[in-house]
Amino acid sequence: MTNTNDSMKTGYAQKRKAINTIVYIILSVMVVIWIVPIIWLILQSFNTEMGVTTKFFPSSFTFDHYIALFTDEQYPYGKWILNTFMVAALSCVISTLFILMVSYALSRLRFKVRKTFLNLGLILGMFPGFMSMAATYNIMDIFGLKQQLFALVIVYSAGAGLGYQVAKGFFDTIPRSLDEAAKIDGATRNQIFWQIILPLSKPIIVYTALTTFTGPWADYIFVSYFMKDNESNWTVALGLYKMLDKEAISTHFTTFCAGAVLIAIPITILFIIMQRFYVEGVTGGAVKG
Amino acid sequence: MDYLDYVQMTKGQRFAYRIKSFFTGIPGAIKKFFAIVGAIVKKIFLGLGHFFQNYGGRFVKGDIGTKLSYVIMGAGSMLHGQIMKGLIFLATEVAYIYFMITFGSYYLARIYNSNMILLTTTKTAQGYEQWGTGALGKEVAVHHTGTFGSELKNPDTYDDSNKVLLFFVLTCIVTIAFIAVYIANTKSAYASQQLKREGKKPLNFLQEMKTFLDERFHVTLLTLPIVLLITFNILPIIFTIFMAFTNYDEKHQPPANLYQWVGVKNFADVFYSNPMKSETFGKILIWTLIWAVFATFTNYIFGIILALLINKKGIKAKGFWRTMFVVTAAVPQFVTLLVMKLMLDDKGAVNSLLTSVGIPAVPFLTNATWARITVIVVNMWVGIPYTMLITSGLLMNIPEDLYESARIDGANAVQQFTKITFPYILFVTTPYLITTFVGNINNFNVIYFLTGGGPAVSEYYRAGKTDLLVTWLYKLTVDTKDYNLAAVIGIMVFIICAIGSLIAFNMSKASKNEEEFS
Repeated sequence: MTNTNDSMKTGYAQKRKAINTIVYIILSVMVVIWIVPIIWLILQSFNTEMGVTTKFFPSSFTFDHYIALFTDEQYPYGKWILNTFMVAALSCVISTLFILMVSYALSRLRFKVRKTFLNLGLILGMFPGFMSMAATYNIMDIFGLKQQLFALVIVYSAGAGLGYQVAKGFFDTIPRSLDEAAKIDGATRNQIFWQIILPLSKPIIVYTALTTFTGPWADYIFVSYFMKDNESNWTVALGLYKMLDKEAISTHFTTFCAGAVLIAIPITILFIIMQRFYVEGVTGGAVKG
Repeated sequence: MDYLDYVQMTKGQRFAYRIKSFFTGIPGAIKKFFAIVGAIVKKIFLGLGHFFQNYGGRFVKGDIGTKLSYVIMGAGSMLHGQIMKGLIFLATEVAYIYFMITFGSYYLARIYNSNMILLTTTKTAQGYEQWGTGALGKEVAVHHTGTFGSELKNPDTYDDSNKVLLFFVLTCIVTIAFIAVYIANTKSAYASQQLKREGKKPLNFLQEMKTFLDERFHVTLLTLPIVLLITFNILPIIFTIFMAFTNYDEKHQPPANLYQWVGVKNFADVFYSNPMKSETFGKILIWTLIWAVFATFTNYIFGIILALLINKKGIKAKGFWRTMFVVTAAVPQFVTLLVMKLMLDDKGAVNSLLTSVGIPAVPFLTNATWARITVIVVNMWVGIPYTMLITSGLLMNIPEDLYESARIDGANAVQQFTKITFPYILFVTTPYLITTFVGNINNFNVIYFLTGGGPAVSEYYRAGKTDLLVTWLYKLTVDTKDYNLAAVIGIMVFIICAIGSLIAFNMSKASKNEEEFS
């Protein structure tokens, strides 16, 4: 401690600068590790070769694979996109409605089986999601929905009532005095739900809609079991997975890359815009425990 | 040991104490699990007791209309002037009786039998002879000794076991729903009787309907979600739990080969009686737990470190750094994981890079040990951005005056982290940590897309070295159709998750009392 005050300050600033430089280096290295596979995917989607390459940079570029996606009859990517979109959109509408209804009822209304339902949600949530897949398939068969896209919509949205936690946490934060004031003015609970609570809940509606859309959009498990050999009802996740089969990969790898890039773009943009809601959804529930 | 002892311990001792209390907490949590199950059972019986008390009491105090509605549903409502409501009750009763006669009783009668068909036993000169009544009342001889177990191969004359089991569960659910309506009927009859005695008029139908938009709005909101939940979620789960007690495997695929009840044989198989299955289950269970611990804590710790680096004072372009990592989290997992799989292939991009700089190729996904390390590392690649995203927000929420007072007291950066930042984050994210742990036990994507559970080994029953319980479950369901074994594993995963959540919940409650943040 023989240093003067001044040199201590500059020493401190230098030390801090050095630490920051190290941090920048670490961050840059990490970004490279994280972003390289994505860039590799994008580069390969323009590669003129058809199979898997070991080289990082393609030797020549082409746009053909993106065109092939929509012209290849063996792998009807356009049809898959349409299937995926219809299933995801319909599940999203039904699930969002269900989640809002259930979480509103559990958050704002008081009735006898409320606690039972809360516990039931907790218990059912601990079963592996696809454990009863075979049984569900049998039920769909009986309803005449075997290998139908609508069966997927039902599977994705039937359990939506259990995903009430995040939205319920949000509704819990809206002051109860609002409801009471409206009640004094003669509003029914039905009117309070539609005219007072829902207009205040835009963030949570957006969040719920997003998660219920992206879930089916990227699901592989149920599609792979429900649609097994009915190729015209495949969705993108299953179709792309099949492009990497042993017999297909040597001719379809780059097409796979193009297809993966295409479906990743909208989801990525949505997620980046909506990351705030995502964080609020997860931690908002967490803070309240 | 009380709180004072705990405070006096050194850091190492505290850590050891925590670890010890985690493991000593496991039997307690298991005990608690069964205690909760016991409490639920007790509650059910108490509820039943109350129910019969009220049920009988209403009958005794009821007038003729109320008493009549114990047999003819809706009679009370109609006699008390609620015609429409009474008719709806009556229609429900008629519909239920019709359902039971034409449909329900058929399947209820068949479920008792281990072959899921209706059996009648008659004495013959040689001994016993049993007759099975299959679909359409067709009679067929089944067994002559009265022992069950041989396979049935007569698709025309028997019902599909799937149908029998499924419709049995359905009939049970319909019956429970009917009992609920029946109780509502007696309650409503008694309520309207009391209103009449007080000289008031019971609500008419239109008024009653209006209560569904106000006092009973929860019924309107919950009915449709619950009906769908029961049909497509609870019904299949109960069905699957029943499957665990049958021999519904690849050799018994109805309608060609029916399956039968086998009792707890499948559970015995998985625990001890079938060496191959029990070894596979034990080893996969251990790997699943190892995986879940590593996957959860590597992501958690490195995610927090990354968030701290990005949010460090003096680091510029925070938004840029964050977005770079978020992009990888946003791309659908099956895409990124399949890309990783191709890059880490024996002849993939990473290995060709390694060989070009003179390092021998690494069997990332084909050697058991390497594959296990690879899945954990790739899982970090997938999961760290998520943790970073979530903890970034939390870091900004820590009250600044905590740090200020710490600095005045002379705390250095490391002390600030261990005394303020980390306890705070741990406190706020404990529930998140629990859900991630349970989520990792059920983590399908990373394992299935990367290694497909492989490398497969012959001493495992249809599984590979990196298979988790859930991916094994998936393979048994989709590839080999061992539905009974898959159901057993599903039940085991449920029990593990339930016990794990209980331990974690207890621990987080303890830490909440210790650290006073809120």
